[in-house]
Amino acid sequence: MKLTGAEILVECLKEQGVDTVFGYPGGQVLFIYDALYKYQKDIRHILTSHEQGAAHAADGYARATGKVGVCIATSGPGATNLVTGIATAYLDSVPIVAITGQVPTNLLGKDSFQEVDIIGITMPITKHSFMVKDIRVLADTVRRAFAIAKQGRPGPVLIDICKDVTAATWDYEPMKPGDLRRYQPEKFTETARDLSDAEVSELAEVINRAQKPILISGGGVSIADACDELRAIAEKTGMPVTTTLMGLGSFPGTHELFTGLIGMHGTKTTNLATSQADLILAVGTRFSDRVVSKVDRFAPRAKIIHIDIDAAEIGKNVRIDYPVIGDIKKILAQLLPKLNSNTCPDWTRQIKKWKETYRLRYDNSDGKLKPQYVIERLFELTGGDALITTEVGQHQIWAAQYFKYTSPRQFISSGGLGTMGYGLGASIGAKLGRPDKRVINVAGDGSFRMNCNELATAVEYRVPVIIALINNHVLGMVRQWQNLFYGGRYSQSTIDRGTNFVALAEAYGAVGINVKRPEEVDPAIKRALEVVDRPVVINFDIDMDDKVFPIVPPGAPIDELIDGTEAQAAK
Amino acid sequence: MAKHTLSVLVENHPGVLSRVAGLFTRRAFNIESLAVGVTEKPNVSRMTIVVEGDEHDVEQIRRQLNKLIDVIRIKHLREENSVFRELALIKVNAPPADRAEIIQLVEIFRAKIVDVAADTLTIEASGASDKVAALEELLKQFGIKEIVRTGMIAIERGNKLISSANGTENN
Repeated sequence: MKLTGAEILVECLKEQGVDTVFGYPGGQVLFIYDALYKYQKDIRHILTSHEQGAAHAADGYARATGKVGVCIATSGPGATNLVTGIATAYLDSVPIVAITGQVPTNLLGKDSFQEVDIIGITMPITKHSFMVKDIRVLADTVRRAFAIAKQGRPGPVLIDICKDVTAATWDYEPMKPGDLRRYQPEKFTETARDLSDAEVSELAEVINRAQKPILISGGGVSIADACDELRAIAEKTGMPVTTTLMGLGSFPGTHELFTGLIGMHGTKTTNLATSQADLILAVGTRFSDRVVSKVDRFAPRAKIIHIDIDAAEIGKNVRIDYPVIGDIKKILAQLLPKLNSNTCPDWTRQIKKWKETYRLRYDNSDGKLKPQYVIERLFELTGGDALITTEVGQHQIWAAQYFKYTSPRQFISSGGLGTMGYGLGASIGAKLGRPDKRVINVAGDGSFRMNCNELATAVEYRVPVIIALINNHVLGMVRQWQNLFYGGRYSQSTIDRGTNFVALAEAYGAVGINVKRPEEVDPAIKRALEVVDRPVVINFDIDMDDKVFPIVPPGAPIDELIDGTEAQAAK
Repeated sequence: MAKHTLSVLVENHPGVLSRVAGLFTRRAFNIESLAVGVTEKPNVSRMTIVVEGDEHDVEQIRRQLNKLIDVIRIKHLREENSVFRELALIKVNAPPADRAEIIQLVEIFRAKIVDVAADTLTIEASGASDKVAALEELLKQFGIKEIVRTGMIAIERGNKLISSANGTENN
């Protein structure tokens, strides 16, 4: 069947089960958009306000559904506008395929209009990238891109396609079922071999012997769909479980063995337990600096078992005693039957005591509207069932601490790159991917202002996301650091510019609601939850000096944290 | 810090070199030298990369390299079971009075004179790095006008083949 390159591209997207793409047209993708016009019954194209929004939406779609997200942009500025979104996906191991137009092959390298070397620019932030200059390899390239994005540790893949390739015609042969293996790089399949019985027994023995073990569950557990296996191990042994920010939802936040977050904004229970533990069972996590803080004081008494699909993560940031490379789901399933029941009863009791003593708390006594209260009410009024996306800053951590996540892919946040402006686009992608779920973007005023243009997108496509705008009129996390560690010199962190966010929402055609007092919170959230045909912005007006606690000061070990109580008293 | 030699088979595509070089920059690894050329298979190139670091660093480098889709095989070549060679072309001042002595040095080092001009000689030297360095040092007294070195290449002794090594092997 003779098709144009653009049509072959769309056929290949269909082969992969793609039904939604996010993008923005332009000169070098006109043929692709012409094909999308022809195939509009098969593939829904979501036109964003900005390419960055398209990249974040593809990412949010991928995180919410587990499928590969797709975004499309033209060459030059269209492509560079994707960069932050691609980097965000890379740092959090999110499978997206970014398709960019490129100038025709005869104009390559000549600084042509809207020409940029997007392959070169994105090399360090993609899992792999392809430039297509020959229509004969186009179909296989697209198939390889999807295979690579999904396989092993997922990540973004970029395909840069010259305009003449999209215009040319060639025979299109549909991919045969079962052909997928052909497009996967073999070496990753080799690395992820199964463990031998002896290896499993050795690991199980280490776990069975431990008196003070703690399990750290990372984002990889959700990606590997290994949450049930992990939970079974925790419940059988009685081992406490903490999660990283990326791991939220991989273990139920409501579970009695759950100790809360670890690291910089971890709970006192988790951070104490980690520092006193004799065994760390780290699964699908990469020991980022936000978890470890001071490397040579991290878990000083513990042996560390590290299970991950990515061999390069083993020993990258901390020393590992028992490295295990492979598929988390399989390995945990192999381990489970060899583990003893109730291996550390004293420790389980100790953890329970700490949990009671060191509850997360905030001072609610002055009757003012508190951000933590807003998050708690969001949890209650949604029955804990909503997907939460976030921007980046204080509100992100409050959303991580005070909403209890009970299922994987429920908390969608830029953990690695820390991209302000991520959440709104991501929430649109998440809602389109999971129309059955309520989606709430917990935002700060700084982050929201960066990319609030995507409200227009949500209005146009009737995407009923709720933006819970935690508005303190400052860059709260920056201000908090300036308050605690920079002598209260608030350099460039006040952004109280008189923006009327309710009027702004209404100008876009969204619903806007103002909330100033605690008693207004429930009615506002209930009203927002009833809106099903457009986005809602709830502007929660909070104090500029509300802080995120606990916090581990820069350079300190994680058990030397500043607990909110004394700091609040000093205020 | 110790030097280690990694032999890396890669797809012979444009851009592979920048992927490998970019990885070293991004991960703050030090490249001492890098030599690349096509292999017996025209679609496969072989890079010999000499890096500085301890065993842990080299293991990290190897694992990060192995994540690049275009990297096919990596082998850590050890001194005791591999042959290492480097090629240098050295253009040295050679007035008539010094020629005999230079030619003598060239012979001792089993190097070759590949170009002769009125007042310069160009010498081709190959061997292990230290041999090439020693010759360079001795030629300095005459005045080296220009020097170019290929960077180290290396191959394992005996009948072992890199192409049959396991992708994650570290021997």
